[in-house]
Amino acid sequence: MKYLDEFRDKELARPLVAELKKSVTKPLRVMEICGSHTMAIFRNGIRSILPEGYTLISGPGCPVCVTSASHMDAFIEMATHPGVRVAIFGDLFRVPGTHGSLANAGAEGAKIDVVYSSMDALDLAVSHPADLIVFLGVGFETTTPGIAATILAAKNRNIKNFAVFSTQKVMPPPLMALLDDPRLKIDGLLCPGHVSSIIGAGAYQPLVDRYNLACVVAGFETTDLLNGLILLARQVGQGQPKVENTYQRVVNWEGNVRAAKMVDEIFESADMEWRGLGVIPGSGLAIREKYAEFDAVARLDITLPEAEEAKGCRCGEILKGMSVPTKCPLFKTRCTPQNPIGPCMVSSEGTCAAYYKYGMDQ
Amino acid sequence: MSQKTILLDHGSGGLASQELISDLFLKHLDNPILRSLEDSAIVENYPGKLAFTTDSYVVDPIFFPGGDIGKLAVHGTINDLAMRGAKPLYLSLGLILEEGMPLDDLEKIIISIALSCKDCGIDIVAGDTKVVPKGKGDKIFINTSGIGIVEEGIDISSKNAKAGDVVLLSGTMGDHGITIMTRRAGISMEGKLESDTMPLHRLVQRLLAEIPGSVHTLRDPTRGGVATSLNEIAANSGLAITIEDEALPIRPEVRAACEILGLEPLYLANEGKCLAIVSSDQADKALAIMRSCPEGKEAAIIGQLTEGKPGRVVINTPIGGSRVVTPLHGEPLPRIC
Repeated sequence: MKYLDEFRDKELARPLVAELKKSVTKPLRVMEICGSHTMAIFRNGIRSILPEGYTLISGPGCPVCVTSASHMDAFIEMATHPGVRVAIFGDLFRVPGTHGSLANAGAEGAKIDVVYSSMDALDLAVSHPADLIVFLGVGFETTTPGIAATILAAKNRNIKNFAVFSTQKVMPPPLMALLDDPRLKIDGLLCPGHVSSIIGAGAYQPLVDRYNLACVVAGFETTDLLNGLILLARQVGQGQPKVENTYQRVVNWEGNVRAAKMVDEIFESADMEWRGLGVIPGSGLAIREKYAEFDAVARLDITLPEAEEAKGCRCGEILKGMSVPTKCPLFKTRCTPQNPIGPCMVSSEGTCAAYYKYGMDQ
Repeated sequence: MSQKTILLDHGSGGLASQELISDLFLKHLDNPILRSLEDSAIVENYPGKLAFTTDSYVVDPIFFPGGDIGKLAVHGTINDLAMRGAKPLYLSLGLILEEGMPLDDLEKIIISIALSCKDCGIDIVAGDTKVVPKGKGDKIFINTSGIGIVEEGIDISSKNAKAGDVVLLSGTMGDHGITIMTRRAGISMEGKLESDTMPLHRLVQRLLAEIPGSVHTLRDPTRGGVATSLNEIAANSGLAITIEDEALPIRPEVRAACEILGLEPLYLANEGKCLAIVSSDQADKALAIMRSCPEGKEAAIIGQLTEGKPGRVVINTPIGGSRVVTPLHGEPLPRIC
């Protein structure tokens, strides 16, 4: 596969493994923010070859994992609303709320469709004119432009039975919130690839300035990851933190200006609740008044129910990088991919699912 | 037949049922045992031990590139027999039809079953049909049971795997699983995605005949994929298995589809592949035998059994790293981004 195989080339990767070992001149702790990075690191066996002194911490970058229990409850309630058909990304299907999941609601007759793009939800609206199709938006910057484009398409095509329940989130505010916590000791960030394609590598400069953090934007293939980890170790070793971008085939400094404009047309900044992190000001996106007809929250007059997070679940600490799944009393006992309690287990990108799937406890 | 769709009457046991049997089932599946239409089939006895298995098929869509639910129902049960070293002899066919199913679709499936049976040299000797009201089923569900004969001296079981044995995979991974998933998702890919549904009994019989005593375990990695089957073999044998990422055969188009959907080929279903655990001294010969069969052209040696932590499966990655391969838990769901 072009653009993939080149970056997985063993002949290129092996020397990088040797270089990674040489690059660590002092111990360092690096957070990989993005769930796809967490999975790619596991899949390639990179954890098994990390040099001594190199610690990787998995951060809050799986959108499904940070969806709060109260949002899940609201999603489930909406799915059981007569005349409503919800469209979701597959990951969301098994995420537990306070009582059950969308999978349970589906088994009891709620109308739930797994889609691969928000545009597919619009097609559902056309093919099911009697239902209100509600797309449950749970992504970061990567998925927001697609949803904005879908809402614009719905308006242009005059499709009335389509709405979005937005819990869309933005990445910089929770990172700041995490980094303000003195308990979190990290030297560098492996910055997400896809999010950065929208917000640009420049978005991390404030983190360098404010927290003296090494920041490297990386892609998802073997050589991307190794390269990113090497540059982080070098920056930390030399004590010269800066933003470096190793994913230039996708990410530039400014980001995708056109996508940002489209997002700004539809969405405005809002406070947002994150699982495990609580409400973070300005970390979410709500649909602007001008597009209220496509806002499921306004249209169906939804108030968020109070929800308690599962007892004993350590997802909050794990999302903050302050604990690891193997230290959670529920991990592999009550909480498994088949019966997830915390959302870090349910999404294939979640830290707990990655630990479980790739047998990190063994 | 005058009706164009399946009616509840077709499962009543009355005239409509009889019409279905004579105009459709016997027309295509005819053989002396089935033709007798008795309450049970009396079959020949052969020397050796009997192997007996059953499986149900509910695949959606019922027609897919490379096959259909009928072909799958024949091959799946034949393969389950073959995985114990049995020669398949007889099948039963149970159909649960949904009211309103087009008769043309049913006939297509029955013809496909007939062709598959003919190709495999096996007869349907017993059958049953029920019809459920519209909405209570999903077009068609099929159950097939199969009887096969295991000749004297043949003992194939996951318990027989030994440390040092070599793991062979008879062809590419994930073809069936990804074909069904992309069909369901309405995703069309460049290149040809096609189910691998295929009977494996001939390939197995050649292995058993040409390297007698050297094949210890056979498994067809259907649901749960190669990863889950390897975990079962490791657990049952009390051994560890190490496989090599780079040795795993996979079609480029399957790999591409997996990249897009965020799925791992190791966990995708196969319907025409087997894992064979073979003595290391006969591994190359086993590979040559597999590759000389039409079913095993892309066979590969993918790993080895070791005295490691019992039940553990490890994969070595191309960069010299390694990770544990766990069994599948839950349905594979596509990722968000």
